[in-house]
Order: sequence, then C-alpha cells, then structure tokens
Amino acid sequence: MIYLDNSATTVPYPEALDTYQKVATRYFGNPSSLHDYGSETEHLLRQARQSIADILEIKTNEITFTSGGTEGNNLAIKGVAFARRHRGNHIITSAIEHPSVLETCRYLEKQGFEVTYLPVDHKGCISLQSVKDACREGTILVSIMHVNHETGAIQPVEEVGECLKYHEKIRFHVDHVQGATKVPLDLKNSGVDLCTFSGHKFHGLKGTGMLYVREGVQLDPLIHGGGQEQNLRSGTENLPGIVALAKAFRLSNQNYSKAKNDLAALKTELIQELQQREGFHINTPENSSAPHIINVSILGVRPEIVIQALTKKNIHVSSKSACSSRLQSASEVLVAQHGPKERAETGLRFSFDYDTDKSDIDPLIEALDEIVPNIRKIKEVKS
Amino acid sequence: MTGIYLDHAATTPVRPEVWERMKPYLDGTFPGNPSSIHRYGRQARQAVDAARVAVAESIGASSEEIVFTSGGTESDNLAITGAARARRHEGNHVISTKTEHHAVLHACAQLEREGFEVTYLPVTADGIVRLESLLDALREDTILVTVMHGNNETGAIQPIADIGDQLREHGAFFHTDAVQSFGTLSVDVAELNVDLLTGSAHKINGPKGAGFLYVKKDTTLHPLVFGGEQERRLRPGTENVPAIVGFGEAVQLLQKEKEERAQACKRFIHRLLTALDAEKVPYEMNGSQEQKLPHIINVHFPGTQTEPLLAQLDLEGVAVSSGSACTAGSFQPSHVLAAMYGENDPRIRSSIRISVGYGNNEAQMDETAKQIAKITKKQRKVLGQK
Repeated sequence: MIYLDNSATTVPYPEALDTYQKVATRYFGNPSSLHDYGSETEHLLRQARQSIADILEIKTNEITFTSGGTEGNNLAIKGVAFARRHRGNHIITSAIEHPSVLETCRYLEKQGFEVTYLPVDHKGCISLQSVKDACREGTILVSIMHVNHETGAIQPVEEVGECLKYHEKIRFHVDHVQGATKVPLDLKNSGVDLCTFSGHKFHGLKGTGMLYVREGVQLDPLIHGGGQEQNLRSGTENLPGIVALAKAFRLSNQNYSKAKNDLAALKTELIQELQQREGFHINTPENSSAPHIINVSILGVRPEIVIQALTKKNIHVSSKSACSSRLQSASEVLVAQHGPKERAETGLRFSFDYDTDKSDIDPLIEALDEIVPNIRKIKEVKS
Repeated sequence: MTGIYLDHAATTPVRPEVWERMKPYLDGTFPGNPSSIHRYGRQARQAVDAARVAVAESIGASSEEIVFTSGGTESDNLAITGAARARRHEGNHVISTKTEHHAVLHACAQLEREGFEVTYLPVTADGIVRLESLLDALREDTILVTVMHGNNETGAIQPIADIGDQLREHGAFFHTDAVQSFGTLSVDVAELNVDLLTGSAHKINGPKGAGFLYVKKDTTLHPLVFGGEQERRLRPGTENVPAIVGFGEAVQLLQKEKEERAQACKRFIHRLLTALDAEKVPYEMNGSQEQKLPHIINVHFPGTQTEPLLAQLDLEGVAVSSGSACTAGSFQPSHVLAAMYGENDPRIRSSIRISVGYGNNEAQMDETAKQIAKITKKQRKVLGQK
C-alpha cells in the first residue's frame, strides 16, 4: 500500500498505539476521581502535559486538550469573539482557511460580527501588508493558518504575530494543524496567543487535539460542565488519547529533526517530475511551502477519476480537504489562488509522512503516466 | 491493577472485545479518513455507519438520528445550548432539575448568561422529580425541558416517559441525559417520548472520547462546532473512527448482556448490603430504593465524614466516590444530596457513592463491607470524641 493522504489522517505510531492500549486497559480511572485509580491517571495526564509543554517551550497551564483540530479552531475563534465582544466585533482571517475556521467565521457573521477574508496571491499566500491594512479600531481577532492543508503554502504567521504585538487589543490565532511537527513555529516569541493542534495529523489518534492558550488570554468555553481543562473544556479527559498524543508529538518532532531535509528533497523531486508533464500545473509554491504536501492540477482530467484509478493500484491520494471533499465543487483554496478556473477544479493532493520515500513516489509517477493519458484519450473519443 | 474498583459510574474499564474491534482502525490496517474518497476512506465510512446502526438500534432510533460526539458532556451541551439557541425566537424559558449532572447544569448556566430563563425543578427526599412541579413550571414560552434519566450519584430514576407524555401536547423539546441509565436500563426513545437523548461510551465499557446524541427527526439544533460536513454538519471534525467502532462494539455487547448485567449489579449490591448488616454497620440508603438504577447506591454512614472515609477506603484498595467525578478532583458536598435533604443535613457530608460493574465479584463485596465496617467504626469513635 502506498498511502499519500497524510494530510487527511495519519496512521498512529506503534509506540503511540501501545501507550493508548496500556492506558485504556490498565489505567481506567477517571482523572477527576479522588481515589488511587483517579490519582494515577491524574499523574499520567500531568506528565503528558509536561512533555508537550517542554517541546513547545510553553507553560503546562497553556495547554487545553480538545477532541481535535475542528474543536480547537472553534474554541479559539468563538471563544475569543464572545469573550471580547464588548471590545469590538471585527475579525480578520484569510480566504484559504480550513472549513473549521471559515464556517466558524461565517457563523459569527450571522451573530453580528464582521469578518474580513484576506485574499492570497498566485502562490497561495497572504501578504503581511494586507493584514496591516485590515486591522482597525474594533478588530479583536486575527486567525491565520500556518500551513495550508491543500497546497502546503506557508503563511507568514511569525511576521503577522510580530506586527500584532503592537496591537494589544487584538488576539492572534494560528491553525497549526498541518504545520505541527513539519514546519517549526516559535510560540514563545512570535506573538501567537492561540494555536491549534490535531493529534491524528502527526500519528496520534483521532479524537485528540490541543489548543495553546497563552497565559492571560480569556476565552468563553464551547462546552460547559465539570470544569476540566481549567474550565475551558469540560468532559472526562480522553486520557489514553492524550497520553498517546504526547508520545506521537515527541516522536514526530524527533523525526522532523532527523528527516526534514530528506522530505523536502523528495517534495522537490516530485514537483520537478510532475512539472515536466503536459497540462500539469503545480499549485504548491516551491519555496515557502511545507515539506509534505504537493498539490497539482492536471488539466482535462477529473480528480475523482484519477483517485479511483490510483486506488485500484493501491495508491491513496486525495483531491482537497477531506473535510469538504464529498462536495462536488471546486476547491475554495484553489479558487482563491487562481480564480474559478479549470485549475481550481482539477487539484490533486499528495501528502507525505516521514516514512515516505522514493519507493512511494516512483510508482505514483509511473501510475500517473499510465492513467492520465488513458483518461484523456477516452475523453477525446467521447467528444 | 489490584484493588476493588467500585466507581463504575465515573468511568468503566474497556472490555477486551471492544479493544480487539478497535485495533485494526488504529494500527494501519484501515487507516483512512471517512471523508476521503479512496478505498480506505470508504472503509472508515462503513465502519462508522455500522456503529451508528448499532447505537440507533439499541435505543429504537433510526441511524440518521444519531450524532457522534466526543462524549456525554459535549452531547449534553449540544442538546441544551443547541436547542435553546435554535428556538430563541419562539421563547426564552428552559426547565431542568436541581440534581442534573454538571454538564447539564453548567450548560443551563451558560444559557442564563445569554438571557434565557431557567427553572430548576426541586426533587423530593427520594431524589425524584414530581410531575406536578413540572406542570407548574411549564409556560407557554418554555422551549426546552431537560431531565436526566438515571441520576449519576443516587441512581434515582426520573419519570421520563410521563414527562415526555405531558410535553407532547406542549411542543417544548425534551432532552434526557441517559449516560448512567444506558448501561443497565432499557432505553427506548419512543417509550421515553424524548426528542434528544445523551449517551457516553466510557460508561458502558467502551473507550473515552466517544458519545452520541440522539436527535429526533425534524428537531433543529444549532451546532456547537463549525467546520466540515461530518455528522450532518451538527458535529464537524474528522470522525474518531476507532473510538466510534469501539462504542459500536460496546453497545452490541451491552444489548446482548444488559439484563444479565443489571441482575449481576443487583446481586453485588445486595451482597454488599447484607455483608454490611452482618458486620452491624449503621447506615442509611439515600434516595428511592424502588425507582433506581441497579448499579449505583448512595449510602449515608452516620457519624463519619465523606472525605476521610474515601481516603481510608482508597488506602485499603477500595475505590468509591463522593459523587460525580466531574467536579474536577475537588471535594464539594453533593448538590444532589443537598437538593434531596437540604444544605444542612449531616447526610450530605457523610455519604458515599458505590457503583458496581464489569470485573466485580461477590468476594469483593464482602471485603468492601469489612473495610467499611473497620473504617467507619474508627471514624465514629474519633469524631464522637471531638
């Protein structure tokens, strides 16, 4: 099996899985219980939080565990919007965010907030200047993703954070779901107030995630109840999932140190191969993009047909974000980048993990060379 | 882990069968995201759908009426804030009770902050809400009623079917938190007359991080979370496939064994109480003993104090609790017992909750009774001298 859909979801590391199993079956207490079962689990929870805090160089009380990236983005954006409503009602985001950011912003518009959606250039990047221009009296939140989930384009979030340091009233949220363990982000010094992570994108388990909330930043919770996670996220902690998340985060960061250059080289190699083919347009900027995502539009070929044909050869890729890929329409991200052209409807995404190597991409290229001309030929006959 | 675990109302161990079913969705055998259109995506989608059918069948619902969430707290929040916000134009009044789980009470408190008016119905000393008090509280602008099925601290069973019956004419949405009852009572949404019902996986020997909300057809809710198309937009976010699969398996085991499990729980409780009698321990049962869940008892030990009692039992390897685990590790007198007996009744500071389940046996009950006898005797002596 060649799995090149790691931006949709990754396979948990065996070590993370072992951890999950051990905790799920041996330490089944509820961390909020007062008895010994409870205190053992409470200890594991503390350790997991500490290990993540050490890697990110943040404080343990700045981590809120969530059920995943979508919840994290919602908690950050709705949380700030409702907590700071008295200070203003303007929010800035970009046109290429994940649906969990865009849909939340659209909901807030219905609630009376005003949202500016920043455009991107042909490389799929926002400009720092556009953020500066959009900031105004009454702006309470800027939410910009670090790495785009479809194209891999890196947004200038550290520069935006630097600039927002001079706007004390504005909170800055970064959706780091695709960037985590692939493209470094300095939380401590870059002016980021809130940052979303998802466990299953770096070989942790589904149903796990975390939100970095800088100390002192006030949020309205989404979910009310027993007061877990400093009252920001009630509900019995998914302890096995959290411990596995900490493990996967550590391992994935180690892999970053070891293999980031190899991965980047592999990306460049695949881009160069694809570029040579007729009607193949690379949507991923060669510089300033993450090492694990390549997006290519193959003109004249519907992406679903390519995906199905590749699946038959046991190669698994995707078109756009899994969170919207069941809708039959153009990619919102590619429309923002190139306009509503054929290119926006024909995007394919290949996404790697640190184990991906040449033995995965050579068969991919070979398969594409067989599949694409065939599909084009059939189309020609039909028309 | 050695020791005697009698806190199954807080969380339950994952059954090995459940773990086995989850494993292929974790170890890379079936790696996909259910929204992906390649083969692995489709396999994951089918697994989620199969679990949805199992959960739906277990409560007499159809599978489109099941929304998977991250757990009971989220389901309660989605039901309560979701229903109230969606019906705001129709009315401003919500009814709940004083003995709900904090997930319900704090969701209601949030609604109050948003300008809704919430009536919290009292309970009588047996822990049960009277139908008359509901009828008294019901107003034309009542848009939502939320009453739990089985109480998590005392096991008291509320008259959900009767309340639902009354509300049918009225038109207010009716939600019940069935997190505790789901494991030992028959739960059927048609019999209970509910529009919304909460269940949780980790209370029925499934994994943590999965729950469901039953949303009756044509019941409109505002989502808590926005994003992709998952769960009919009511709960976006990549589905927690392994946990949902585990939940489905736990439900299927439960359906096969529910009656058997309920009988076993009754046996354990009976054995424990008989042993306490044999040890001549003075105790009183809190709340109704007729209308209650089989796996939970709440017991008052006169002349003792809850917190040291729990700590001493813990040292002896017996894990019990003071009430809901979800008060985040702090000891606060139970709001449930306070609603039953008043803030000043000595019972609320000298009672414990014991909840039984998978893995327990008769010998553990005898041992627990022995430990309780020893510890309460010592405590009564020490506290009596003060």
